[in-house]
Amino acid sequence: MPDAPATPLIHARGLTKRFGAITAVDAIDFDVDQGESFGFLGPNGAGKTSTMRMIGCVSPVSGGTLSILGLDPAADGPRIRARLGVVPQQDTLDTELTVRENLVIYGRYFGLDRAECARRADDLLEFTQLTERAGDQVEHMSGGMKRRLTIARSLINEPDVMLLDEPTTGLDPQARHMVWDRLYRLKQRGVTLVLTTHYMDEAEQLCDRLVVMDKAKIVAEGSPRELIERYSTREVTELRFAPGVQETLDGQLEGIAERVEQLPDRVLLYADDGEAAVAAAHARGLRPETVLVRRSSLEDVFLRLTGRSLIE
Amino acid sequence: MTTLAAATLPIGRVVEHRWLVYRRTFRASLFSSFLTPVLFLAAMGVGLGTYVNPSSNPALGGVSYLAFLAPGLLASTCMQSAAFEATFPIMAGLLWSRVFHAMHATPISARDVALGNLVWIAVRMVLVATVFTAVVVAFGAATSPLILLAIPAAALTGMAFATPIAAFAATQRTPEKFNAIFRFGITPLFLFSGTFYPVESLPSFIQPLAWITPLYHGVALARGLSLGTIGQAPGLAIIHLAVLIGFTVVGTVLAVRTIDAKLVRG
Repeated sequence: MPDAPATPLIHARGLTKRFGAITAVDAIDFDVDQGESFGFLGPNGAGKTSTMRMIGCVSPVSGGTLSILGLDPAADGPRIRARLGVVPQQDTLDTELTVRENLVIYGRYFGLDRAECARRADDLLEFTQLTERAGDQVEHMSGGMKRRLTIARSLINEPDVMLLDEPTTGLDPQARHMVWDRLYRLKQRGVTLVLTTHYMDEAEQLCDRLVVMDKAKIVAEGSPRELIERYSTREVTELRFAPGVQETLDGQLEGIAERVEQLPDRVLLYADDGEAAVAAAHARGLRPETVLVRRSSLEDVFLRLTGRSLIE
Repeated sequence: MTTLAAATLPIGRVVEHRWLVYRRTFRASLFSSFLTPVLFLAAMGVGLGTYVNPSSNPALGGVSYLAFLAPGLLASTCMQSAAFEATFPIMAGLLWSRVFHAMHATPISARDVALGNLVWIAVRMVLVATVFTAVVVAFGAATSPLILLAIPAAALTGMAFATPIAAFAATQRTPEKFNAIFRFGITPLFLFSGTFYPVESLPSFIQPLAWITPLYHGVALARGLSLGTIGQAPGLAIIHLAVLIGFTVVGTVLAVRTIDAKLVRG
């Protein structure tokens, strides 16, 4: 088969969402390619969910253009939705039904016949390691299991694109890793993933490319590595001082690193060589209580771009 | 034909979901649909009815009180079940379990979600009315085979309430106002719309109030069919039917609009 023309799977220009006087998404541009894993990173209220709902064809576009799989959401909503797999931020499972029934009925919404729904449900239970829970009522399941079931459900129509809105928010670390592992497998199979998150580790693990959103706009775009290289240094040194000391440091930190950031509880030194920055601090007679040298993360990028932490 | 199938299939899937959930409580629900008329007809129809002398009450039209009461209760019961089905399950789908949002993420449109749920309520109403009618017949309270047509008439009465109430329920964030619907809407209608005695027994200034509510028309229609007197005033029967259909059509349009608005807003 000849290569398909390289048109983006999702194409947005000047995409805008308004709710009355509030602009939730303000003229953003982005493209998502086939097989790519694309993330929207940003704090709560940045416009991530509104963007996802427009891509999911459940919320009409207020302005700009949006095309998904080459189709227009305003004209072809049901046709586009037939090829999407949606994992919403809030669970929408039917708690009165069993695990397996949730999968089968969801397949029916896509017009699949019962036998096909049953076959796919069993495969997906296997994939999300829920086979043993197939007959359990959803009401009694843990948050992590519900998330896995929601992911299984979103795959029942064998979607071309998966939309995941904060897929691991509220899960304990073990459950998060389990979800990441399943998503990583899907990514390896070539499924296009579009996800939102306010966890930088999640974005770093899963996203080939991401945009950082803040206050309804895109403020940066690139791969996690590119963003770190562009907006941060290789390493970051965190200094914590005894209570009251940080406020008296005026001027003593200037020039100690490429960039110095004072947070309420600690000082961040941005320098490619963290150990050298620590040495410089000691040379100036600073006596921090704790010192941590770490690699730069997307959190640092976000802090640089917006002056605020991702999780507030 | 293909377009018709394409338009009705998604609605059918929404109904299928409601059936899947209902199936778990099917027996208990059917039993309570059966118990309600048995208790009411025994207590009010047979018990209280022995104190009502049909020959001295021309308003009863010369039938026993049981025969007068039974079709009224049939229509009223559908109204009550419909009011319940149109409140809590609609709110649950939109706000609590949010299963309507799950449906809307698939090829099923917001309109299909709304219509599918209304169709399901109609199915429920037919079930409730059928069981009720069987009990009426068993009590010997039906005097005409036309009582079979009282089943769709009572189901339609239910829909005349269910559709506007569902439209209202979709605009609410909490179920607080549902109690007000039952207390200040459903219960007074149950008592004052001709179920237990002819509306003509009420003070004349209250009577017009009864005429504008769907239950009055539903009770009159069901009674005319059960007693076989409907042919005596066919014009009136058409008015009753038109009022019930009118409420149902307007209610359906409004319910599609408010459920769509809620699903699109998120």
